[in-house]
Amino acid sequence: MINITINNKVIQVEEGTTIFEAAKQHGVLIPHFCYMENVHQIGSCRICVVEVEGGKTLMASCVTEVKEGMIVHTNSERVRDVRKVIYELMLSDHPKECLSCWRNQNCELQDLGNLIQISEFRYEGAKSKDIIDTSSPSIVRDSSKCILCRRCVTVCNDIQGVGLMNPHHRGFSTFIGPSEDELLGESVCTNCVQCVLVCPVGALKEKDSTAIVWEALYDKTKTIVVQTAPAVRAALGEVFGYEPGMLVTGKMASALHELGFNYVFDTNFAADLTIMEEGSEFLGRVKNAITAPGKNDVLPMITSCSPGWIKFIEHRYPDQLSNLSSCKSPHMMLGALTKTYFAEKMNIDPANIYVVSVMPCTAKKFEITRPEMFNNGLADVDAVITTRELGRMIKDAGIDFRNLPDGEFDSPLGLSSGAADIFGTTGGVMEAALRTVYELVTGRELPANNLHITPLEGLDRIKTAELKIENPLPEFSFLAEVTVKVAVTSGLLGAAELLNEIKKGTSPYHFIEIMGCPGGCISGGGQPRPVNDAIRTKRLEAIYREDEGKLLRKSHENQDIMMLYHDFLGVPLGHKSHELLHTVYTRRSKN
Amino acid sequence: MNPVTDLIKSLADQHGRSRHNLLPILQGVVEQEKYLSEYSMIEIARELDLPASEVYGTATFYSFLEYKKMGRYIIRICKTITCSMKGKNQVLLAIQDMLKIGVGETTPDGTFSLLQTNCLGFCHKAPAMLVNNEVFTDLTPEKVREILRMYMNKKKEGGSYDN
Repeated sequence: MINITINNKVIQVEEGTTIFEAAKQHGVLIPHFCYMENVHQIGSCRICVVEVEGGKTLMASCVTEVKEGMIVHTNSERVRDVRKVIYELMLSDHPKECLSCWRNQNCELQDLGNLIQISEFRYEGAKSKDIIDTSSPSIVRDSSKCILCRRCVTVCNDIQGVGLMNPHHRGFSTFIGPSEDELLGESVCTNCVQCVLVCPVGALKEKDSTAIVWEALYDKTKTIVVQTAPAVRAALGEVFGYEPGMLVTGKMASALHELGFNYVFDTNFAADLTIMEEGSEFLGRVKNAITAPGKNDVLPMITSCSPGWIKFIEHRYPDQLSNLSSCKSPHMMLGALTKTYFAEKMNIDPANIYVVSVMPCTAKKFEITRPEMFNNGLADVDAVITTRELGRMIKDAGIDFRNLPDGEFDSPLGLSSGAADIFGTTGGVMEAALRTVYELVTGRELPANNLHITPLEGLDRIKTAELKIENPLPEFSFLAEVTVKVAVTSGLLGAAELLNEIKKGTSPYHFIEIMGCPGGCISGGGQPRPVNDAIRTKRLEAIYREDEGKLLRKSHENQDIMMLYHDFLGVPLGHKSHELLHTVYTRRSKN
Repeated sequence: MNPVTDLIKSLADQHGRSRHNLLPILQGVVEQEKYLSEYSMIEIARELDLPASEVYGTATFYSFLEYKKMGRYIIRICKTITCSMKGKNQVLLAIQDMLKIGVGETTPDGTFSLLQTNCLGFCHKAPAMLVNNEVFTDLTPEKVREILRMYMNKKKEGGSYDN
């Protein structure tokens, strides 16, 4: 232990603690800006400077480790003066258009201003940056608002391993982004938009789609269908002041009806359908690998629900595309079914149906523009809005969300199992798939703790499990005594690790689940801010609560899915399924 | 194949292919090519398995790694205070007048590029300038005209790229 004095208080902290952490542990919260606990601690903004007696200059407390006998002042006249000047200099290169900024009232620079309180802008000078890049379907980058905190650089490089957001040039000319003339829309950006989640100001934002959704809602010639992803219900409440982890499924369904959507469907329905298709695909591949190697037997099979992950593999590991399941992501499946099965059933011209997806994800905004996602000239899904955008629309419409009654999803694409709910979190797709696959193969329920495969749950980067198949049904006798090995990862750095193994030929797994964002969709780029591990855990628990609260917890027991196969699709992997529910991938360049 | 690709491969063989070998490789390419083209930067990224954006970020950070097309001889005249006080402006005017280019420009025949630099550490012999890697000090307008004439002749005689 190390003895130091902070603001005349003698305290003991562990060796290796930073001054910032030491102060925080003892009730002093040093004003800070770019700091993100355990994620981004590089001292780039200098707001957290403190005075250390004997030190020549002030020190950034988030990167300075304590030393025995250190005497620290966090609130001396010098510290407060300097902190104010640093803030004023930051403002001198930042546009003061707060009222027209999307982060108004939700901006960390404004929050800091509330602490520091300035009465005039003392430093007005040249502005260093003016690049506005709207080329991406998912992100808008307005570099004039960037304050160079480099949080996006950290997540893009160290957490996602994409390496697109980087600082360029030096000093006053510094800007953050892809290189000078490169546009985000033409780059290797995966559209995961974890950078937007951490941007403290309005420099990075999602491409707003609320305007086109409003327009569609006002168009009375159209039947407007909306669907919501599993992770949205576990986070939307935060926009309306609920604690993280509050489930608002019923209120969300009511709010969507109130907004004027004609049908409110549940993407979870298509998640159950994904399990049927993907599970059958997996069993087919395993069967081929064991009994007739050579055709359609590429293992490990990797899930394909996360469009950020898909774009990542297309750029970085184009030789491994055959490992991907050919299933479209659930919301694309539901979109395709809405414009075929549902249109037929309700006798509506599919050209007059407008499908909106409410997603925790911004990569879905890119996904709907992919040419494979069109059927007979019609887009499977017409618009994607994020959880944050839905929150804005509900507020804009003057809907009193907290006092809404609990509503229901509409039939026939609304019923879902608990297995579909857990699609929203890392490990969920794998668990849902194994619940169904194991039962199809053995005729018995998955031998797990309340259907949960504990080693696959939680926020660890890479999680693995093994499942030995004993006494399978006669048609799956080839699986007898086979130990199925699975792995789960979320975040693209973990994905790269598992893909490198596959590339080298050392991957021991049969089935891998990959989600592009750390923690899975619950902390997707379109979810409410802030996101940290504590909030991720609460949302994750909410998702499991939703699962456990249902009687129906296995995809293959969903009666509406059975009806869909009976009335329309035929069998999993059948002709209609291939046409509507499966897709192909594109090799893309690495840089 | 583009000769730069071979150059980059051999530099990577020589220095290694990890992230911390990036700088010597960038310097090696600049020594040969005088600047880092977009093509070179992407090739280096591929060779070292780094994001192209990181290569670009590194290249643009350092003053002596040029990323715009440069002439055969890069003139870097010191812009800091001692050289200014000792007549750097007259020297600069003489260069601009003789080559008919401004700061940041390259002569149409691709022989000279004119840049300014921060302190070269020759304050005691100010004003100072660099032509590629060679230092010239105690400059006057007459002296700088002579130096430039020397380089022009060198080029006419088909002299080597380097000093």
